[in-house]
Amino acid sequence: MVNFTVNGTVRAFDDDPDMPLLWYLRDDLRLTGTRFGCGAGLCGACTVHVDGLAVRSCQTPVRTLQNKRVVTIEGLSADGRHRVQRAWTTLNVAQCGYCQTGQIMTAAALLTRIANPSDQDIDQAMTGNICRCGTYQRIRSAVKAAAKEQA
Amino acid sequence: MSAIQNVSRREFLGGVVSTGAFVLAAQVIPRSGWAQGAPFRTQAESAPLNPSVYLGVRPDGTVFIVTHRSEMGTGIRTTLPQVAADELEADWSRVTIEQGIGDPRYGDQNTDGSRSIRDFYEAFRHAGATARSMLVSAAAAQWKVPESECTAENHEVVHMPSGRRLGYGTLVPAAAKLGVPKGEMLKFKPRTAWRFVGKETSTYDQQDIVTGKAQFGLDVFRDGMVHASIEHPPVLGGTIRSVDDSGARAVKGVMQTVRLDTFKPPHLFQPLGGVAVIANSTWSALKGRRQLKVEWNDGAHAGFESVAFRNELLSTVQKPGKVFRNLGNVDAEFAKGGKVLEATYYTPLAAHASMEPPAAVAEFRDGKVTVWAPTQNPQAVQEAVAAAVGIDKKEVTCHVTLLGGGFGRKSKPDYCAEAAVLSKQLGKPVKVIWTREDDIHHDYYHTTAAVYHKATVDGRGKPTAWLHRSAFPPIASTFAAAAREPLSFELDLGLVDLPYDVANIRAENGPADAHVRIGWFRAVSNNFHAFAAHSFADEMAQAAGRDSLEFLLDLLGPGKEIDLKAQGVDYSNYGAPIEKYPIDTRRLRRVLELAGERAGWGKKKSGGGWGLGIAAHRSFNTYVASVVEVQIDARGAVQVPRIEQVVDAGVIVNPDRVRAQMEGSAVMAVGLARTGEITSVKGRIQQSNFNNFQVARMNDAPRQVNVHLVESDALPTGVGEPGLPPVLAALGNAIFAATGKRVRELPLSRQKLA
Repeated sequence: MVNFTVNGTVRAFDDDPDMPLLWYLRDDLRLTGTRFGCGAGLCGACTVHVDGLAVRSCQTPVRTLQNKRVVTIEGLSADGRHRVQRAWTTLNVAQCGYCQTGQIMTAAALLTRIANPSDQDIDQAMTGNICRCGTYQRIRSAVKAAAKEQA
Repeated sequence: MSAIQNVSRREFLGGVVSTGAFVLAAQVIPRSGWAQGAPFRTQAESAPLNPSVYLGVRPDGTVFIVTHRSEMGTGIRTTLPQVAADELEADWSRVTIEQGIGDPRYGDQNTDGSRSIRDFYEAFRHAGATARSMLVSAAAAQWKVPESECTAENHEVVHMPSGRRLGYGTLVPAAAKLGVPKGEMLKFKPRTAWRFVGKETSTYDQQDIVTGKAQFGLDVFRDGMVHASIEHPPVLGGTIRSVDDSGARAVKGVMQTVRLDTFKPPHLFQPLGGVAVIANSTWSALKGRRQLKVEWNDGAHAGFESVAFRNELLSTVQKPGKVFRNLGNVDAEFAKGGKVLEATYYTPLAAHASMEPPAAVAEFRDGKVTVWAPTQNPQAVQEAVAAAVGIDKKEVTCHVTLLGGGFGRKSKPDYCAEAAVLSKQLGKPVKVIWTREDDIHHDYYHTTAAVYHKATVDGRGKPTAWLHRSAFPPIASTFAAAAREPLSFELDLGLVDLPYDVANIRAENGPADAHVRIGWFRAVSNNFHAFAAHSFADEMAQAAGRDSLEFLLDLLGPGKEIDLKAQGVDYSNYGAPIEKYPIDTRRLRRVLELAGERAGWGKKKSGGGWGLGIAAHRSFNTYVASVVEVQIDARGAVQVPRIEQVVDAGVIVNPDRVRAQMEGSAVMAVGLARTGEITSVKGRIQQSNFNNFQVARMNDAPRQVNVHLVESDALPTGVGEPGLPPVLAALGNAIFAATGKRVRELPLSRQKLA
């Protein structure tokens, strides 16, 4: 039995401990905002927060989550108005939108670590998140815009 | 001159796989023609005022607008409704957008070819103007005043002399009783009164996207649904020799395995075949699949080797091919001697790699199938599914989710057919999920091409005769087994429509076999045709010691409409009438000139690892010029600090989404040029995921893409694809400017630039 929280709700997991968190979130909890993109930790579409750090949920077996705190895009803010989400909508960042929840989770974790990230900080944090539509320059602008707002 | 094929992509698909009735939106079949037994109704058609399949108004004032084109990131789901809402004089906050199911009443739904705006702008204007006209008539009747004294304004009808107002919702019951006015009776708003078209607006789905609520194909769940992961034959057309599924079935949650037949050629959009692992969760299906042991009979394509195939293509284009355009007399001019330039260009296979891999849910019940899928073409889903399970396509309902990228891949509904076949066999709803490895291994690839160019030039370096010849495994092979020659539309994309003002031009194409599935990828054959032609134009400029931009403008001449028909070319012009959408080189000149201005062309001398390159290309009836800036370090690593994109797409409906498409096309082009390569050994694709099929990431994407929209009253045209081809050539030209090294082959990762 693995006990942890997802978006503040206590979960007790007793299925296959090798199951990646991604599939537990999507199939069991129906938190489908966390996306499947590569299954290999290469694209970042499945990014969630575990104890505040951005992790790839496709590479995180549930057995590693004992007493951890998981936050998904659905739990990032109560009203969908986290400063990163607001910056994303203001700048109309998304094209297809599929990868953007992962991008937002990575960006939100970055801003918790570094309040005013430089271009280099942003590149370093965000380069693991692929956007095939190519929205990178708007993502960079949105991260900067969110940084300017108070958390 | 050889016979010129005269089958356009549309006609061809219409005849062979019939992707749906190609009726114009204005000529939709009456509602009764399709709806018998079909339980699905849009809210628009359930609303009392429903003068168009695209639009309905409810008595509470809610306006429902149906988008029948698929949303894969272009913003079309927002943009077409904006057109209708503008003519309706609607309050945008009271508009609800619905996604249409696959249904020929909407007209064509194949969201490819950058033509949603081009083909449906008028239909959506009509829908909005029709409803507005009926609401105004209802108000005038109620007030007993002439209609000419009434006007529509922000969801209300106003009686101008008295200032009386009635809301749209209030007027719905009376308006719904009126006859629908004929199209020619409609009055349209003058451009000065447009409220949404040409204005900055937010994309409809942004808030759902940033909160994770947006629903893509993978996000569909049905009661009792099982999950399927399919091991496909590693070589196209391969069949199962033996299966050992004991390990797979021992995995907790795995219910069974199912053998799927390999398609009978041509492969069309049929399932590839293979072995499906069925489980009660995605994870169990994936885990079970790892334990599956399958041996294969590889079949005819097991000898496909990319290295040898490249050499074959390069050799094919050195030999005379079939002639598709023959202006003047190239051979006579060549025979005169003089300075000759020659170059051969090569581009590899590439994968679409949309972030959401192919996925679909299908539910077979009582001889009918319901599909939920991220598809660019729900009518093709109906046809492919119907063929796969042996029912009439009218018994297939296709709901279209948002698409996590498409780029052409999701026009081909093989994955939907897989889900339907499995659902029929299992008697349960089935979700088929492709892994990234499945997607990279079994794409309908962007084809590999060789393009040969030869020209004789005059004293100023301008070509007096120009021969160009391409060879590539054609998209035709997807529709006709063993086809070695392209459909003519594949050559209409950047080969026969070479826009330069040269007295003698010959365009040829040579045969090539397809050993993998070939499909259309964003901008299709424009990519390699444009890369080669506009690189070669730059080679001419450099050989003459002339400025690239000045040379290109000279090469285009003063500007004119090119009449290919007069040259004996049956040019399909992206399915659009050439009279309305001519090849106008004045527009190419304008985008080039503007791109030069905006880039500061000529202000700083290229060289020493820094350089600017320029190219312009007309595709999908839209004109784009690109200036690419490169910075190349001592190790040969290429950075792209900036790209200027200038686009003339006629009337711009949604400027922000046009900019977004131009930004994204530039990023995709640079990624494709850098590392976009799929290779085969023994018929098996060597790449598998984003580690070895690399796409642009933030740190190697162009740093800044600036987009300039040309002000225009010309008919609106599409922007999903045309931003890509000129960037490929401009990038190569920039690398030459920076280093003196000419890029004739992609990807750059294989070139030595240091």
